[in-house]
Amino acid sequence: MNGPARVTRWLGGTAVRTLLLLVALVWITPMAGLLLSSLRSERDNASDGWWTALLEPSQLSFDNYRALLADSGLVQAFWNTVLISVPTTVLVVGLAALAGYAFAWLEFPGRDALFLVVVGLLVVPVQIGLLPVAKLFGAVGLFGTVAGVVLFHVAYGLPFGVFLLRNFFAEIPREMLEAARLDGGGEWRIFRRLVLPLGRPALASLAIFQFLWVWNDMLVALLFADGESQPLTVALQSQMRQFGSNIGVLAPGAFLSLAVPLVVFFAFQKHFVRGVMAGSVK
Amino acid sequence: MDRHPTTRAAADPRRRALRRKRLLGAAFALPALLLLGALVAYPVVFSVGRSLFDAGGDRFVGADNYVEMVRDPATLKALRNSAIWVVVAPALLTGLGLVLAVLTERIRWATAFKLVLFLPMAVSFLAAGIVFRLTYEQDPDRGVLNAVVVGVHDAFDAPAPYPTARAREGEGLTGGPADGYLSGELRPGSVAALPFVGVAPGAVPGGPEPARTPAPAPDGLAGTVYLDFTPGTGGRPGVVDRQEKGLPGMTVEAVGDGRVVASARTAADGTFRLDGLGDGTYRLRVPAANFAAGYGGVDWLGPALVTPAIIGAYLWVWTGFSMVLIGAGLAALPRDVLEAARVDGANERQVFRRITVPLLAPVLTVVFVTLVINVMKVFDLVYVIAPGPVQEEANVLATRMWLVSFGGGNDQGLGSALSVLLLALVVPAMVFNIRRFRKGGGS
Repeated sequence: MNGPARVTRWLGGTAVRTLLLLVALVWITPMAGLLLSSLRSERDNASDGWWTALLEPSQLSFDNYRALLADSGLVQAFWNTVLISVPTTVLVVGLAALAGYAFAWLEFPGRDALFLVVVGLLVVPVQIGLLPVAKLFGAVGLFGTVAGVVLFHVAYGLPFGVFLLRNFFAEIPREMLEAARLDGGGEWRIFRRLVLPLGRPALASLAIFQFLWVWNDMLVALLFADGESQPLTVALQSQMRQFGSNIGVLAPGAFLSLAVPLVVFFAFQKHFVRGVMAGSVK
Repeated sequence: MDRHPTTRAAADPRRRALRRKRLLGAAFALPALLLLGALVAYPVVFSVGRSLFDAGGDRFVGADNYVEMVRDPATLKALRNSAIWVVVAPALLTGLGLVLAVLTERIRWATAFKLVLFLPMAVSFLAAGIVFRLTYEQDPDRGVLNAVVVGVHDAFDAPAPYPTARAREGEGLTGGPADGYLSGELRPGSVAALPFVGVAPGAVPGGPEPARTPAPAPDGLAGTVYLDFTPGTGGRPGVVDRQEKGLPGMTVEAVGDGRVVASARTAADGTFRLDGLGDGTYRLRVPAANFAAGYGGVDWLGPALVTPAIIGAYLWVWTGFSMVLIGAGLAALPRDVLEAARVDGANERQVFRRITVPLLAPVLTVVFVTLVINVMKVFDLVYVIAPGPVQEEANVLATRMWLVSFGGGNDQGLGSALSVLLLALVVPAMVFNIRRFRKGGGS
């Protein structure tokens, strides 16, 4: 390679590196702003920007977090988030695995037509369920309860879960299942001992996707939860109206709600990306 | 296996086994099917029916609610905004994802870069909303985006030095900061003291020096522009006292016969000198440009820019998704084809346009369609970021549906119609995605 070409190439490489570095900086800055704001006092936040804390680290303290953890309403909301998202995830994965196995390998009347219906329900946006289900829950006393929020999430998580797992289970070689049946294993036993372990990657992706979806949900809980059962997203949302004077609560609150997804993200990176990708079909 | 004993003693044991097996299959699928039937399928039917009735649900109105969508200005606005979202966001995200995916192939820290851009996908829209309310804050002292914008603006167009300064009243200067100040009539050789207040001593640009009274200029005017304020006691209004500071960088003009005949800037000690004036009388003018209010930055969350601003926040969340998905497609491209093109003398841009993009077309389509579906349903981000007074300007289909049905509108007929419209708009894209998914046999 001759000299000038090498120089152009090197310049091009530097330009690309600089550009990407800038992009990364643009992506990190808003998040850094949230983090630093959450560590600054209400007065500092009102008088100048979070970036001044970079020059005066003495501004930073955990006081906001201490105040947040002393706020029983927000702590309750955090636990509500856990109480909503964990059971939802378990139920969606469990029920979708059962149904997915049935649709893939068991015979029952109307199976294929019903599966088509389930696939069709994949398109239904949650918005369409809000009003009718609210009326339904109102009639049976589930409106405003954690159980109601969970049931709604489970129902709207199922079409995708069933769809994903049926397709995954359908790939299990027929001979494996038939060998297990010949060995005298009942379907329940086969499901538990063979299908679930084989389906682990798909189950993990579904679980992570579903968990994040529900953990981060605001819309459903906005309607179906009341003051007692509201998750963190709704509790924080209600403080948004006085945004300027509530940064001391909102910023650490947002971080509290971020912490769990971030841990999931870093702990299960591969499954996380796969789950988000798979779930994006919704 | 014996959990579903048949009551009839069937003659044929094989038929009995088959029947048992079928019941078992149904039992496996039943819990999911019940929930889906009651909470997803039934609401679709209900909403379609409900959309044909009036707000209270008592009177059948046919398609009136659907007509109302285009007649009601607020709903029409939401439809328009949704159209903007769908046209702009998926295209931008796919393009951005493509460019970044191609560029990251050329750096060594690609994994870290992808991690940083993908991270917002883990964050709730509420948290992203809080992040961007902070970022878009109007006050450049608090919102980082406006801090940058104002910084860049002021670098090219220096701000007025004294936006808060006012002339000391009753000490020879008349006028106001909006029109500038004028002195009384002066003859060449005079020395003027132009007293100002309203500047914090620490805020004088460029580090002030003590104000000084200059020597008179024989064929001109000289004087001092100074901060007429002595810390503590002992300061006399209208007089350059010992502890008082000059105001450097202030523009002073000499006006004769209604024309500006000379102009100067004050030095660090506040003195100025306007030479070469002929005989006659002149007035000193301190023009308004000295007092112009600083540039305040962009009103990101105002009515004009709120939708682009929220789309910007949406890009922050979703670019990583688009980049990672396209990057996976890129990694699966046949390397030899790209290399062959390079060997044949194609430059990087030609390779990108003629080979990479066409080969990636299926992946790009998937990303685009997926984003269309998600953009159509966007709710949280708009609901959270748009400040109360501009909510109407920012509304999209989903937020309008929410406000109409539950947020005070209480028109469940129109609300149902909007949710049915949302369903109808999402269906084609979903059908496409499901077809693709089935062909691929899983993700």
